[in-house]
Parts: sequence; structure tokens; C-alpha cells
Amino acid sequence: MMMKPARKQRLILIGLMVIGAGLATAFALKSFNENLMYFFSTTDVVEGKAPGDTLFRLGGMVVKGTVERPNDGLTVRFKLTDYSKEVTVEYTGILPDLFREGQGIVAHGKLNAQGVFIAEEVLAKHDENYMPPEVKDSLKEQPTPVTGQKS
Amino acid sequence: MFLIPDPVVRFFHRMASPPHFYAFSQRLMPWLVVIFLLLTAAGLYGGLYLAPADYQQGDSYRIIYIHVPSAWMSLFIYVVMAVAGAIGLVWRIKLAEIVAISSAPIGASFTFIALVTGSLWGKPMWGTWWVWDARLTSELILLFLYLGVIGLYGAIDDKRTASRAVAILALVGVVNIPIIHYSVEWWNTLHQGPTVTKMDKPSIHVSMLVPLLLMAASFKFYYLIAMLQQARIELLLRERNAQWVKNMISESK
Repeated sequence: MMMKPARKQRLILIGLMVIGAGLATAFALKSFNENLMYFFSTTDVVEGKAPGDTLFRLGGMVVKGTVERPNDGLTVRFKLTDYSKEVTVEYTGILPDLFREGQGIVAHGKLNAQGVFIAEEVLAKHDENYMPPEVKDSLKEQPTPVTGQKS
Repeated sequence: MFLIPDPVVRFFHRMASPPHFYAFSQRLMPWLVVIFLLLTAAGLYGGLYLAPADYQQGDSYRIIYIHVPSAWMSLFIYVVMAVAGAIGLVWRIKLAEIVAISSAPIGASFTFIALVTGSLWGKPMWGTWWVWDARLTSELILLFLYLGVIGLYGAIDDKRTASRAVAILALVGVVNIPIIHYSVEWWNTLHQGPTVTKMDKPSIHVSMLVPLLLMAASFKFYYLIAMLQQARIELLLRERNAQWVKNMISESK
């Protein structure tokens, strides 16, 4: 059974419309690519790609063993990494539930003169792994996979 | 037709006839409801009772049994709506138009549920109700697309014209679907990457995955039930002057 010409024409028109909309969006997203990044990586900051004087977001993994509270108050200092470069972050306030060493976080703030990132807000970035605690314990020996940290 | 086997073609031809669709969907309904109830009961029991707590989030992660299936449905229903809309545009099949518009409010509801449950989870876990990252923003745009479809359909009195306008809007909006799905891979987002729908092995323990898939199946059946009920009402409204509706009413008197 062949398609009637009118129907075929409509089908082609719809196809062209969807492809056109797709292409237009692809170009638009391509040009906005940088702005759609929710955060900068620590490598961006070390290489000077992050803005020096304005607020921006910095994402990375909290380096194990670097979380410290200098004045025993609400202020926390820790190092963030993307497994290539590290940046020191300072934050005063309440940390979210998922904040812990080795966990991904996104901090909002700006760099001070010493290159320390002064955060105004810290959000925990959850990874995509779900497992019971016993399974986690048996995985302890293996290194944790790097996830969601592409730059 | 092309490579589709003959019985399938015949089935769709029969389904495209309004009286046949009306009777068939009525016979199908009890079965759908039973399957839906069984799947939901099994999924909820597995998810809320059998599945262990998460190693990091404790019991809070259990919101995924609503959040993730709702988010999947929000994308799935949109694709169904757009495809049905395209079929309506090309072949002018009334039932395809009805399936498309009947899907919109259900899809909008699932999108809304996905956004709200995500927000409720985000506050304790991330530390914020909402962020403007690529995943959350594109999902919000999806909600607006659904609302646009519903609004546009309501704004045009002639429902056949309305269906065509709605189909074009839905088809243009299809571009948002891959964006939502891949947003977490293309850009840095606060939202985590895919757990189940990726090429690799799912990053979720099997005891937690099975209830999630059960809930996903249950939501699919809920959609079928709700969409068919809505479609039957829409069909009666559009066909209120047709002979088969008049016959049906006079028989039931």
C-alpha cells in the first residue's frame, strides 16, 4: 500500500519541522554552552578561567582528611578537587546532610586575594549510586569511581 | 503497509473507529486496573518495606520510588503525545488527536510531581529547594510545554483545528526531550547523572532496583487507565451527534 501524496507531503513537512527545530536548538545550546554549566571545576579556577572578582559556583570532591574547623565555630575549611587540581574553600554556615569527605559538592562564592574560595552557600551534589550500607562496606577497599566531574 | 504485519495493521484500523475504540477500552479497563493495583502494591511494598536503607541517605532516598518513575513518565507521555499528534496531522485520524490531547494533563501532572518530589528531597540532601541547573530548568520547560498544549487546545473552539495546532506545538517541543535526558551528561549540573538508563550496569543495588522498575511499570498502567478514561470522555464530546452515540444512549435508557 502506497501513501497518498498529500499524506506523504505532510509527513515530510513534519519531519523537516522537527529537524529544523532540533538544529536551531542545537546551535543555540552550542553558543550558550559555557553559560549552561552550573559550576566551574577546580582546574578552571587554578588555570584562571573562573571569574576573579564576581560570584561563581565551584564544584568538586571534598578531599579526604582536609575538612577542618579553624576557630571551632561554624567556619569550615576544606580542599576541593577534580582529581587534577585542588582549591581551598572556606565556608561559614550550616552544611547540608550529604556533606562529607569524598563527596561531591557545589559551592557558591568568590575567590579572595589569597586564592581561597570564600563560599556563601554550599550544596551537596549527590552521586548516582544507591546501595545498602553492607554493600558499601564491602566496596571500601576499591577506589570510588570518579563521577559527574567532567570539565 | 511497509514492514508491519497485517494483523497489527488491522488492529489499528479497527481501533481508529470510534465505536470500536469505545467498546474495546471499556472491556480492557478492569484488566488494566487489576494489573495497576498489583504492580503498585508490589512496588510500594518492595520499595518502602523490603528495600534496605541507602548507605548515605538512609531512608530519604525512598522518594525515588515516586520521583524517578514520575520523571520517566513525564518524558514518555510527551513522546506519546507528539507521536499521536503527528499521526493525527498526517493521517487525520480523530482518535490519534484524542489520544494526544488526553495525554497532556496526565503528563503535566507527572512533570509537576517529579519537580515537587525532587524539590522536597533537594532541600535536606543538596541544601536547597531549587537550582537553575540544566536538568531542573529543562524539566520546568517541559511543564510549560504541557501547559501550553492544554491552553492552546482550550483556546480554539473547533477541536479538529485545535488538535492540529497542538500537534505542531508538541512536535516542536520534542527537541526538549533529549535535552532533559542528556542534560546531566552534557553540562555540569547539581542533579546527579543517570542511575538506571545508561549503557553501563545500573548504579543501584538490585534490591532497590526491582521495586523501582515495578513502580515504573505501575505508573505506565496508571497512565493507560487515566488516558483511556479521558479519551473516552473526549470522544463522546466530539461524537455527541454521531449515530453510534445516539444509539448507545437510547439503548441504555
